[in-house]
Amino acid sequence: MADRKAELARQFIEAIPHSRALGMELTEIGDGMAAIRMPYDARFVGDPVSGVIHGGAVSALMDTCGGAAVMSHPKAPAGTATIDLRIDYMRPATPGQAIRAEATCYHITRTVAFVRATATDDDDDRPVATATGAFTVEGA
Amino acid sequence: MARRPPEPVQVVKQRRDAALGALVGSVPYATYLGVEFERHGDELTAVLNYSERLIGNPRLPALHGGVTAAFLEVTAIIELSWARLWDGIESGAIDAESLNPETLPRMPKTIDFRVDYLRTGLPRDAYARARINRSGRRYASVHVEAWQDNRARLFAQGTGHFLMPGRDG
Repeated sequence: MADRKAELARQFIEAIPHSRALGMELTEIGDGMAAIRMPYDARFVGDPVSGVIHGGAVSALMDTCGGAAVMSHPKAPAGTATIDLRIDYMRPATPGQAIRAEATCYHITRTVAFVRATATDDDDDRPVATATGAFTVEGA
Repeated sequence: MARRPPEPVQVVKQRRDAALGALVGSVPYATYLGVEFERHGDELTAVLNYSERLIGNPRLPALHGGVTAAFLEVTAIIELSWARLWDGIESGAIDAESLNPETLPRMPKTIDFRVDYLRTGLPRDAYARARINRSGRRYASVHVEAWQDNRARLFAQGTGHFLMPGRDG
């Protein structure tokens, strides 16, 4: 059951046009946890002088990863939509490196799912950004 | 004392549009998303041109929440940079025609950004305007509203805090 749920969530995430456009790869999913990797791409740069990826692309990664975590939660019946998402940027991601996000759905009610997420580049010990969000829980 | 005659309107417009074009054109991600800016005087309206690759939920279909967040953040950053440029462009201290990524002031850095999703983003163009609520020497606070068909029916709003670049670099 848990495997089937993860598989359905995986299919859904991999079919999202914008996530594909950003080159996102789902690397882990199941039991309310998801990990997604987004390769470096010069088209997603926000500051042309430094070559650092735009915060907006990091938001898209965090949002997708948060949604995937909710969908894979054993108590989530089906789809989800973001209610709100707050991102804190700790440091610029190193240009040239992929950004990896990990999200956990740490609490879920019949109507709302609560998510925490962290993004890092090759330096795992210093997060690039963290996020907290609330997502809807939609019926099957 | 003779008053200087007002500048011809096309000179004014060309200068402002050149500066805005250089600013927006220097952000690859804004171009990638398909975000453009319309200008009336110093007031900017961001336009997100719809494309199929902006979809997040193919079943509805709906705009990707990440696209909405990115659109709001791009709008906030361009508004802040624009507000900082304005005086220099108008006084002539900054030569609008020669602006490029090397000569433009550095971009503000996002400290945090929070998005409220109020309605589903429909598969069509979206618009946004940013309001700078505070802009100090180092920190700025900006609120952004985004809508599609009706200006009064927002589909998303966001608030962010930004670290402003030093005046010298």
